[in-house]
Amino acid sequence: MAENQNSWPDLIHGHFKRVGIRQVGYVPDAGHSRLIDLCKQDNGITDVVLTTEEEGIGLVAGATLGGQRAALLMQSSGVGNCVNMFALLRNCGFPCLLLVTMRGEYAEFNPWQVPMGSITEQCLKLCGFQVYRVNQADEVDDVVGAASDMAFEGNLAVAVILSQRLIGRKQWVR
Amino acid sequence: MLERRAVVERLLRDRGGLCVIPGLGSCTWDVAACGDHPLNFHMWGAMGGTAMIGLGLALARPDRRVLVLTGDGDMLMGLGSLATIGVKRPANFAIVVLDNRHYGETGMQASHTAAGVDLVKIAEGCRFRISYAVGDMGEIDHVRDLLHTGEGPIFVQAQIAPNDPPRVLPTHDGHAIKQRFMQALN
Repeated sequence: MAENQNSWPDLIHGHFKRVGIRQVGYVPDAGHSRLIDLCKQDNGITDVVLTTEEEGIGLVAGATLGGQRAALLMQSSGVGNCVNMFALLRNCGFPCLLLVTMRGEYAEFNPWQVPMGSITEQCLKLCGFQVYRVNQADEVDDVVGAASDMAFEGNLAVAVILSQRLIGRKQWVR
Repeated sequence: MLERRAVVERLLRDRGGLCVIPGLGSCTWDVAACGDHPLNFHMWGAMGGTAMIGLGLALARPDRRVLVLTGDGDMLMGLGSLATIGVKRPANFAIVVLDNRHYGETGMQASHTAAGVDLVKIAEGCRFRISYAVGDMGEIDHVRDLLHTGEGPIFVQAQIAPNDPPRVLPTHDGHAIKQRFMQALN
């Protein structure tokens, strides 16, 4: 249990609590599974399961209008689904904290993940996000902490890329 | 068939603390035609995202009533959001779709509802507590009351005439719209 409390999803959840995240939108994802569970178990956080990631951008905008802070969890493929909706963040200056688990890079077994995975980071930058990458577990606390502060102190769109190396190779059974 | 401006004017009568999210295009012009109000977060883009903005707001402020007022085109682009709303089922949330069965901003091409796609049944299937269509002005006062006191999520399809009343344009400065809304609400 002690080990879990120091795992990287727990550290991210800790920052959610520290900066007062009240809504978390997500599409079910293996890499984010523990963080999603932590949010669902947290009575102070409203978890919102989405059918597609761009719904989450609207959710963030609405939560902000209502005076709450929100974060979004998605896989790299989901970034592609959001591109037009990202304009809402920029047009109105909504803060947005995005945590992106990567597919299509380190040890990817599925070539269909590669085209979107390989442009995710550039895509976020083109859409106006400040982007930080985490490759190792011992960087998570510092980087997610910095990204959270930047998003909500500065009303900025900030994305943290959680690399496939951090998440671990997907166990795939033929 | 209903006239859109008359419907919106009646729905927003004595609106009190009602928060209104009008979808891009005609619905934004309709709401602007009723007069400026700080609790309008009117849209100039983000097509398909209007209902989700309403959801985020409704979840953040359960003490307030939220109305998403949008067109069939915007609703069709965000159909999945009806399922997402159906999971959370906020009691303070309503969507009124002004359904003219056409894409007004792009030259009045037919939308899917013109072919008979039924938004009311979709919302029903997505666990909205109330979902029905209105086609008569005599029913609008009841819809207006539901917006303030009905247990949501509520979905109403208002069957409106496919016409294009003169545009009334609110500011398109997104920062200003957001800031003013937040100051008025929080």
